[in-house]
Amino acid sequence: MSTIIEVQGVSKSYGGVKANTDISLTVPEGGITGLIGPNGSGKTTLFNSIVGYHPIDGGSIQFQGKEISKLLVPDIARLGLLRTFQQTRIYGAMNCVENMLISTPHRKLRFIESFRRNSKEEHERAEHLLDFVGLYEKRYLRSGSLSFGQQKLLEFAMALMNEPTVLLLDEPTAGINPTLINGLIDRLRRANTEFGITLFIIEHNMRVIMNMADTIYCLAHGEMLASGSPDEIQNDQRVIDAYLGAH
Amino acid sequence: MSAQKAILYVALLVLIVAAPFLFPDYKTQLATLWLMIIVSLTWDMTGGQMGYNSLGNIFFYGTGMYVAAVIAIGMVYDVGEYTNAFGGGKFDFTDDQYFTGLFVGIIGAGVFCALSAFAIGWLTFGLRGPYFAIGTLGVAIAAGELVSNWDWVGGGQGIALPVYPGDFDNFKTFIYFLFAGTGVVLFIFLSWLYQTRFRAAINAIRDDEEKAEAMGLHTLRYKLVTWAMAAFFVGIVGGISAFQLIHFEPLETAYQTINLGIFMVVCVLLGGKGTLWGPIIGAILFHVFKEVTWNYFLGWQWVALGALIVVTVVYFQDGLLGWLRLKKPEWFGVRVENKQQAVAEPAE
Ligand SMILES: Nc1ncnc2c1ncn2[C@@H]1O[C@H](COP(=O)(O)OP(=O)(O)OP(=O)(O)O)[C@@H](O)[C@H]1O
Ligand SMILES: [Mg+2]
Repeated sequence: MSTIIEVQGVSKSYGGVKANTDISLTVPEGGITGLIGPNGSGKTTLFNSIVGYHPIDGGSIQFQGKEISKLLVPDIARLGLLRTFQQTRIYGAMNCVENMLISTPHRKLRFIESFRRNSKEEHERAEHLLDFVGLYEKRYLRSGSLSFGQQKLLEFAMALMNEPTVLLLDEPTAGINPTLINGLIDRLRRANTEFGITLFIIEHNMRVIMNMADTIYCLAHGEMLASGSPDEIQNDQRVIDAYLGAH
Repeated sequence: MSAQKAILYVALLVLIVAAPFLFPDYKTQLATLWLMIIVSLTWDMTGGQMGYNSLGNIFFYGTGMYVAAVIAIGMVYDVGEYTNAFGGGKFDFTDDQYFTGLFVGIIGAGVFCALSAFAIGWLTFGLRGPYFAIGTLGVAIAAGELVSNWDWVGGGQGIALPVYPGDFDNFKTFIYFLFAGTGVVLFIFLSWLYQTRFRAAINAIRDDEEKAEAMGLHTLRYKLVTWAMAAFFVGIVGGISAFQLIHFEPLETAYQTINLGIFMVVCVLLGGKGTLWGPIIGAILFHVFKEVTWNYFLGWQWVALGALIVVTVVYFQDGLLGWLRLKKPEWFGVRVENKQQAVAEPAE
């Protein structure tokens, strides 16, 4: 598999806090890559750096062979590199269908087309994807009135609507009812296999990430601690120590 | 459109056309009502639909007045000489010159204001929340001060326009139809615009601008175009007001930040932000409230108005339509449907 995201020597600090120090990793095209690490280890910071949310202090980030570390958030999103938020962000006063319809890929939309109505195909796709994440019945409800878990699912569906090449998911199962997690894993896999979206996932739930990812990177204190297959990571003494707080 | 809706709209149109003949003594009030409706609807485009609460839309009103005046006068005379001779001198306008000046002036006012919205938006759309509100207010206040010190346009004394060539009663009807026509065009325009992707885009910006950016929306482009469209219509009604008032001056009339500048916000809050009918209903309620208090509670009118603002802002934030939406959500398309299918949990 060829590399789609290449992060090289990226550092980022907030004032005195070194959130990321000299991080390097690669995300292969078409796969599912995991990113783990204890709370505050710099996972979200790294995602933010990749999608252009803040300028990085040093290093390079390439997407499909193109340097993107100087680009702005919407430009990167329009390249097909999309992220979801750890705290979950949706358009709260709009209903689910409206949330979906405005999430069509904007790299394809010419400005003049924004003065037209959504096409029938877009409506169908929106409903299909809402069905896919299990929100079909709630589709005309104000999205802000949904539970946190449902909002998380909606945000995932919106990301799929955007037809990204790569999707960065920040803790997709956090706040989801445990009985629904298996269903969500299944959908994440299908997003990868059926829709062909490369996934890069931050996850705290070990069972979930060990189940899905081909390769896992582990951060601790803002530094790259270990990387490898789920088996290698599970048996890595440094990773175990980091999670037990012995580090 | 359903048959019921079509009938409603036809009836409304008939009422709009008949109003100045049915209530000949209220032509000016009715014209002012249209003015309130238009500035409220346009304020809601950014304030309600896009989440940018401008306190400076009055800038486009005042600027529209001046641009229309300068164009209408400038097409016939030298503007500097005309304003210099204030009251004196002989500056006649033929009927043709009057009407050409009026139409070109009004359209020119709209275009100029749309362009200035791009320029001001470029500078102020980096500001969020209250900072945007104060920033735009600053622009309007500064513009009033600048214009009142600019002798070429008459300075603090203001500027006088040619007088309508015809009797005063016809003039009032004419002005009414200019306002009403603009209002109807604006309403049709917004009913269409609010069904397109454009509306969803500015609603998304209102709900979470950072999310919209992360989803790849051209946020600045949408913001600038929305404000420019609003400014176009405000500029036009500014231009109409200039011809209606004949003489106007910069601070009390054109850039009247604390009167019309605030009234438009109150109207929208009263009727309900982010809806098509809210600003219209709010403008009607407000206008009636204002006429009643100004006529019957003279001396207390500002107190009554202040009380209305406080009650609206504190207890009634979503306005009349927002309150209705809460009570009757099904009227607003909120519904839950059951699908006979286990959509929540696929087989493992
Ligand atoms: N905007 C910010 N300003 C200052 N410090 C920040 C900011 N964002 C993150 N940090 C700090 O940077 C470090 C890394 O935070 P980050 O959110 O990247 O961790 P994380 O691995 O995503 O943690 P979690 O698992 O809790 O989500 C933490 O020490 C955090 O306090
Ligand atoms: Mg995080």
